Amino acid sequence: MKINSPLEAYRYLPGTNCGECGEQTCMAFAAHLIDRSKKLTDCTPMLEQKFSKKLKDLQALLAPEIREVEIGVGEKAVKIGGDDVLYRHRLTFFDPTALAYDVWDTMPENELVERVKKIHDFKKFYVGNFLTLDMVAVRCVSKDPKKFADTVKKVIGTTDLPLILCSFDPEVLKAGLEVAKDKNPLLYAANKDNWQQVADLALEYNVPVTLFSPDDLDTLKSLAVTFAKMGTEKLVLDPGTFPSGKDLKKTFTNFLKIRRAGVEGDRDIAYPIMAVPLTAWMVQDDAVSASYWETVIASIFTIKYGDVMIMHSIEPYALLPQLHIRDTIYTDPRKPVSVQPAMYKVGTPDKDSPVLVTTNFALTYYTVESDLASSKVNCFLWAIDTDGIGVEAAVAGGQLTAAKIKKGIEDSGFDLKNDTTHNTIVLPGLAARLQGDVEDETGARVMVGPADSGRLPGWMEKNWPPKAK
Amino acid sequence: KFEVASVKNWTNPIQEVTLGATSGDGGSRKSTITLGGENALPYYFDAEMPHRNYITMDVFDMPIGMAKAVKSNYDDVINDPAEWAKKVVRDFNADMVTIHLISTDPLIKDTSARDAAKVVEDVLQAVDVPIVIGGSGNPQKDPEVLEKAAEAAAGERVLLASASLNLDYERIAKAAINNGHVVLSWTQLEINAQKELNRKLMKQCNVPRDSIIMDPTTAALGYGLDYAYSNMERIRLAGLMGDDELTFPMSSGTTNAWGAREAWMVSSPLAQDSEWGPREYRGPIWEIVTGLALSLAGNDMFMMMHPTSVQVLKEITQTLYG
Ligand code: B12
Ligand code: SF4
Repeated sequence: MKINSPLEAYRYLPGTNCGECGEQTCMAFAAHLIDRSKKLTDCTPMLEQKFSKKLKDLQALLAPEIREVEIGVGEKAVKIGGDDVLYRHRLTFFDPTALAYDVWDTMPENELVERVKKIHDFKKFYVGNFLTLDMVAVRCVSKDPKKFADTVKKVIGTTDLPLILCSFDPEVLKAGLEVAKDKNPLLYAANKDNWQQVADLALEYNVPVTLFSPDDLDTLKSLAVTFAKMGTEKLVLDPGTFPSGKDLKKTFTNFLKIRRAGVEGDRDIAYPIMAVPLTAWMVQDDAVSASYWETVIASIFTIKYGDVMIMHSIEPYALLPQLHIRDTIYTDPRKPVSVQPAMYKVGTPDKDSPVLVTTNFALTYYTVESDLASSKVNCFLWAIDTDGIGVEAAVAGGQLTAAKIKKGIEDSGFDLKNDTTHNTIVLPGLAARLQGDVEDETGARVMVGPADSGRLPGWMEKNWPPKAK
Repeated sequence: KFEVASVKNWTNPIQEVTLGATSGDGGSRKSTITLGGENALPYYFDAEMPHRNYITMDVFDMPIGMAKAVKSNYDDVINDPAEWAKKVVRDFNADMVTIHLISTDPLIKDTSARDAAKVVEDVLQAVDVPIVIGGSGNPQKDPEVLEKAAEAAAGERVLLASASLNLDYERIAKAAINNGHVVLSWTQLEINAQKELNRKLMKQCNVPRDSIIMDPTTAALGYGLDYAYSNMERIRLAGLMGDDELTFPMSSGTTNAWGAREAWMVSSPLAQDSEWGPREYRGPIWEIVTGLALSLAGNDMFMMMHPTSVQVLKEITQTLYG
């Protein structure tokens, strides 16, 4: 982004404070443009003819330093790039690293379909959402355009995830494009030998393309300049991912250099970057070591500026950390992580259902809530205001106390005596030491649940309803 | 032609801190370890990184609850801290050993400070690498425990873990100064608290700059690593750009990664989740990725538990170090 204060953006806005954008004033809207929480098109008056020049100018000023490239079509399409900063705390990182997993055209058909389905279906619940994988990379191993095209076709028939078509042979890429031309796949890749033909394909089919120049940033840059001159800026840069030793360190340096130059204003190289952690399989011989090393490389380049990556292992012990580190780095550091303190209903609780106490830390709340909901437990779940601190830390730090729990009950308007038949509260196992105090403060019966909410359903079977005293 | 400039405003080097003392320096360690000295973010081309990352492995003074994948490595030494210490150095390539005196907690065994100090002596006898001494985390008891431990280890230049704002940090600082040790300045994911504690250690307690290491807190992958990562990165950048209250090497309790359910649970508690696969492979990689992320944020030293995690993290950090 070429400007960094709301005042600079304000100058281009209509200045009528009409409120169409949902903000009270144009100045307030300008501030949202600068922190990228609103889009310029939210200001509908700007779309009028008389503002068209200002709209265009402001759009150019607000454009992220790193170009945004879209791959795929429809709901599953991914956007990559789009970043403005080198450190996430300075703003946030936009457009999470897209994770692609490979298939190849010599796979037996049933294995191919099974693998694609696994990639498509993999999901992990986390803080109110599912973490999922993004793309399928189809590699040509056969060197046979027809075989490649058939494979691409099969993949498209199995998943709507965006594709990367991988071959250095323009004939092969063309065959793949013919079957995938409506899917906006990413081409992988143009290099210093084939660039002319691959550029023609990228332009003819209007698809994004990866430029591959292993450990040679001069060539990478001149390829990018050439492609831009020929008419496409839908580019992804691959400086090579070398999986070990000094070469891996060089790879790391190359990623830093490309992104630093881009963010600092070198438009010629301000494109998304691709990492290929799959190369780990060239240096590790057993599957576990290779999956580990691949995950290690993927983690480095998720943190340091990789925008799209191709991996091979689809073992859950590799996928889970890959998904979580991506989420970690791309979580917006500006957004709150607590839920509204309140009495929540899980399922359809009635007067006989248990009343469970937890905290309003989003991670805690969603973990507990999903543990309960997925086992179809009906209950009341009480998110006590602990200033967004989890159970164990809140007990240790004094944000979860008997007095807080009592106050939470009063504030919610829930009446344990009248609204339940049992007048009982269940505490988290990690808050066991509050049991006596809570009994004294609330006059209710207090039970202590398991330490981990994952064990609540089993605990409930044994302990609920509570035996009459 | 591709060109990019080096960062201009990283002008302030990180403090160098040495742990361990050899016989020449009044201790009995075979070698010492120096942390810090950086002039850039870790592994960056802007300036050479003077020291590699180091790993200290956890040893406890009593059997404690551990994930199965971790515990199976220590079954034979779980009741003997000295043997445990030997094992991590000999078999698992630990650079250092941390002895956690958790049994001193009044709510656990209330072991006396004097008895705890004996364990420290045993560990110093058993291994010749530099050591870290950790309390139980009990703010009332820790100052006394660390004081006695510091005396028992006089001259060895150990790392005392930790001074924090919610206990009598002055006593711990004094114990370090009087016996030639280093203080771990521990705060909870808050950059201003870290500045405050460092300032107090330097100005109020007169701890020399070369005797402070920071632990800004480690939260596990999926359990707050987003905070821990940016907190460390901000601290390191502030230090490099001239904030002298933050120019200290950093240490991470990477072992916290084992608190994540993904690291230890047999399978996902959620029916909608895809299969999580065998947990013996999930645990170590959770610890590795947690540590690796923090190494990129500027962390110098890692406190860890699983031998595979130690081996892989060493391999990758030394590869990036060059
Ligand atoms: C992240 C973290 C922090 C963060 C908290 C961020 C936040 N928003 O919560 C920060 C850095 C702020 C923090 C600070 C402190 N922390 Co802290 N922290 C952790 C850490 C690393 C992870 C905790 C976590 O998020 N867990 C994940 C959440 C989801 O777990 P949870 O809330 O407990 O929920 C689970 C269960 O309780 C249960 N559950 C939840 N609700 C319910 C309800 C029912 C009915 C049932 C049955 C079960 C159930 O299921 C959930 C899923 O498993 C742990 C160490 C570890 N690895 O566990 C230490 C830890 C919790 N912290 C600890 C301490 C001592 C502190 C401090 C007091 C340190 C200090 N000296 O200042 C401060 C207190 C700060 C405060 N309260 O103001 C200790 C607690 C020791 C103890 N048992 O007393 C721990 C265990 C670390 C340690 N070993 O020393 N901490
Ligand atoms: S819609 Fe446009 S003109 Fe109206 S208040 Fe918002 S920014 Fe101003």
